[in-house]
Amino acid sequence: MKVEQPLHRGLGLTDDELDRIRTALGRDPNRNELAMYAAMWSEHCSYKSSKVHLRTLPTEGPQVLVGPGQDAGAVDVGDGLAAVFKMESHSHPSAIEPYQGAATGVGGIVRDVVAMGARPVALLDPLRFGSLTEERNRYLFAGVVAGIGGYGNCIGVPTVGGEIRFAEPHSANPTVNVMCVGLAPADRLVTAARDAHEGSLMVLIGAATGRDGIGGVSVLASRTIEDDAAESRPSVQIGDPFAEKLLIEACLELAEKDLLEGLQDLGGAGLTCAASESAARAGLGAELDLDAVPLREPGLEAFEILTSESQERMIAIVHPSRLADVRAVCSKWGLASAVVGRLVRGGELTVRMGGEVVAEVPPRSLADEGPVYRRPMEPPPGFEDSLDDDPAFATVEAGPSDAFLAVLSSPNVASTRWAWEQYDSLVQGETVAGPGADAAVIRIEGTLKALALSSDGNGRFGHLDPYLGAAHAVAESARNVAVMGATPLGITNCMNFGNPERPEVMWQFAESIQGMADACRAFGTPVTGGNVSFYNESGQSAIWPTPVVGMLGLIEDYRLLVRPDFPGPGLLVYLLGETFPELGGSEFAEVVLGKVSGRPPALDFAREAALHRTLIDGASRDVPASAHDCSDGGLAVALAESAMAGATGFAVSLPGDVPWYVTLFSESASRAVVSVTPGRAEALEELAGAHDVPCSRLGETGGPRMVFDTLFETTVEEARAAYEGAIPTLLAG
Amino acid sequence: MNGRRPRVGVTTFPGSLDDRDAIRAVNLMGGEGVPLWHGHRDLAGVDAVILPGGFSYGDYLRTGAIARFAPVMDEVRAFGERGGPVVGICNGFQVLCEAGMLPGALIRNRQLRFVCRFVDVRVETSLTPLTEGLVPGETLRVPVKHGEGQFVASEEDVARIEGEGLVAFRYCGPDGTVDDEHNVNGSTGSIAGVRNPEGNVVGLMPHPEHAVDPDIGPTGGQPMLASLLSFALARV
Repeated sequence: MKVEQPLHRGLGLTDDELDRIRTALGRDPNRNELAMYAAMWSEHCSYKSSKVHLRTLPTEGPQVLVGPGQDAGAVDVGDGLAAVFKMESHSHPSAIEPYQGAATGVGGIVRDVVAMGARPVALLDPLRFGSLTEERNRYLFAGVVAGIGGYGNCIGVPTVGGEIRFAEPHSANPTVNVMCVGLAPADRLVTAARDAHEGSLMVLIGAATGRDGIGGVSVLASRTIEDDAAESRPSVQIGDPFAEKLLIEACLELAEKDLLEGLQDLGGAGLTCAASESAARAGLGAELDLDAVPLREPGLEAFEILTSESQERMIAIVHPSRLADVRAVCSKWGLASAVVGRLVRGGELTVRMGGEVVAEVPPRSLADEGPVYRRPMEPPPGFEDSLDDDPAFATVEAGPSDAFLAVLSSPNVASTRWAWEQYDSLVQGETVAGPGADAAVIRIEGTLKALALSSDGNGRFGHLDPYLGAAHAVAESARNVAVMGATPLGITNCMNFGNPERPEVMWQFAESIQGMADACRAFGTPVTGGNVSFYNESGQSAIWPTPVVGMLGLIEDYRLLVRPDFPGPGLLVYLLGETFPELGGSEFAEVVLGKVSGRPPALDFAREAALHRTLIDGASRDVPASAHDCSDGGLAVALAESAMAGATGFAVSLPGDVPWYVTLFSESASRAVVSVTPGRAEALEELAGAHDVPCSRLGETGGPRMVFDTLFETTVEEARAAYEGAIPTLLAG
Repeated sequence: MNGRRPRVGVTTFPGSLDDRDAIRAVNLMGGEGVPLWHGHRDLAGVDAVILPGGFSYGDYLRTGAIARFAPVMDEVRAFGERGGPVVGICNGFQVLCEAGMLPGALIRNRQLRFVCRFVDVRVETSLTPLTEGLVPGETLRVPVKHGEGQFVASEEDVARIEGEGLVAFRYCGPDGTVDDEHNVNGSTGSIAGVRNPEGNVVGLMPHPEHAVDPDIGPTGGQPMLASLLSFALARV
């Protein structure tokens, strides 16, 4: 039998936090107020453990239009347009119910972008699972992918990218992140309650409110998942993508007709969050009438209506004179709308139901004045030992050909076509480069410009050295957009970690933030927003520290876009950058040597930035015929991927004075494989020289074979069979 | 050409997704795309109608099952009965089957998964608004993106469809070979599209409107839409 515990603890609040609430109110909170505080002061909503660290991230730059704190960030892409983007996690719900968990994650991030008045133009889904050799992981993987497709395909937003990786620590706790990008006229960005004033109405638009998702932020997202996970299933929301599609169109029409003073998504903490944040940002109080909220079933209690996370709902802040117009737009799209409250003078959020006041709290204390913790930190035991265990000194028994096939067919490297063919990547008709390229490229309608989008995060690097792991995530995502010719503009992030109450997790988090901050400063890519997902662990086994970076870059002329595929025979193949004996945390070390150890590759920010400039300059002068990031799986994989994508083989000569496995599989940073027509070779060499980037000619493209010097050779088709077949074979069990 | 741009109506149901894309493709090919709203009993005097892709009404009951009751569909049906060219793409194909304007039905893909991929289709007849200027046997590269695109029909209907030459397109390899390997969703007879006996109504699962822009990818949709425009113009 379970021992009865005080209500506040059951809701996830500590005794200290209860005392803080008493101080804010000057009395004991009632049950409804306690539920509101529990939701808003949850880790997920309040960032109480992460705030002190997040403050150190660079968030400013001339291109930044909206930084962290709003529903989504925004950068200036010229021509009077803003690119709005944000990443979020939906890992906890997905661990319990993969299809709906992933689906509602898509819905939530799309509403965040719509809440800024932007039309969503792209989705990316970075995913991490345990090994596919286990049945439960196959179930989670298939369910999450189906949920992303099921929702995303139905709302008409192309899903164009996102990497998928597999590692045992993500077995019980898959990591499900989703990034949405939108476009809006820069002068029409809608921020929450930007112009709201006393008397403005709060209009609830969209789906009726039900009992689903109650406690989503406090029960699910802010605790570890234990053995009774199935009992948490009612806390997972259920998605209705058809309603979302209508909500998108209605909200964009409201923004276009300039009928809004503010717009906010009802996501985590539901109505409580939207009402308190709107009031707090406007510097006003608010009145909420719960009897006016359309309900899916009768008999919901006040606290349920206040904290329900029913999906596909938005709050519009509307001047009373515009109400009739707003309701007309909603009914055109077949959506319910209801005036559920108003902004009022004063400092209270007053909630009424059945003629009685059921809660009365200062909105700022809910939204802005939650607890902030400086939690203890210490490196995990054995951290240094693992760094010193350099796989470069291991005995390599496999030969180069076997090692190559093993790395190429590792699920971390192999094609994820099985997943992305389930996503509509073409709708809206602007996808110039979709899944499978280094970055997805989406044209901006009516211009020659295009957005380049990439998400990255190497779990092994983060596990071995969280600082370097996060810095590499920024560097690689910037490189991914730069190889295609885009200038990196800014990032959104999703920080996926274990339980922050454990000092080693908090240390990993702080190190990651530091690495990310330093890299973002070096590359001039500020953080415009993001999300922190803690408590990704079961028992004492946490996920690998997984900072995922969502990079947004801009190409001035999409016709100059550079692709990764070798476009034909007779091209000269170059490696930009330098290869060092860096096998720590590499795919080769894990797959061939069975070791996840050593020091991740060093990252010299100046070298990395010089490579980006070389690639971007080269693209703008139409120098490279192809360019591809050289990272996971090293040079061998980069060459093979370019060959497979272009169905064109190659022959390269390799330096004889270093071990073959270093040349082929080292994952040294700041490198790219580039091909040029012979006539452009000099231009490439000069350009690299001007930026002080090492540039070595490896060989030539052509033929059906991939010839790695005298080491080994195979055919493009054989490589393709291994690369494309790996994940479907694992899924077949 | 008499200099007039053919006007092609594109319906928007709640949940339509490729409606803007279809209008843009029509415009790119030299026609004039005209938006048509599901709730209006009015085709705005267009020369042809496209029912675009998407998930009309969420497709929660059955794909296309509710859209056929929309007011605009009464007009589309009457337009089709007068011989007007009507094209259903993806969800629009499903709507035309539900509305009884085309034979057969579309069920979940054989592999039970959504599939988004460029495929080749073989033109089977010139007697449709999308293929009038094309030669049977010609292959076109166009994308599919659907979860419920497996064409099925009763044994008698299949015999009639095949016997009367109502198959408009089949999934095939790049060289036109029709075989199971290239049957992307397990459709009966690899059928990708069918027409009505009169030859003015055609439906297909692939998306010609997403294959007109060389910057995006293959352009197998260009000849189909060019054919539609000249078919529409010939009736003016």
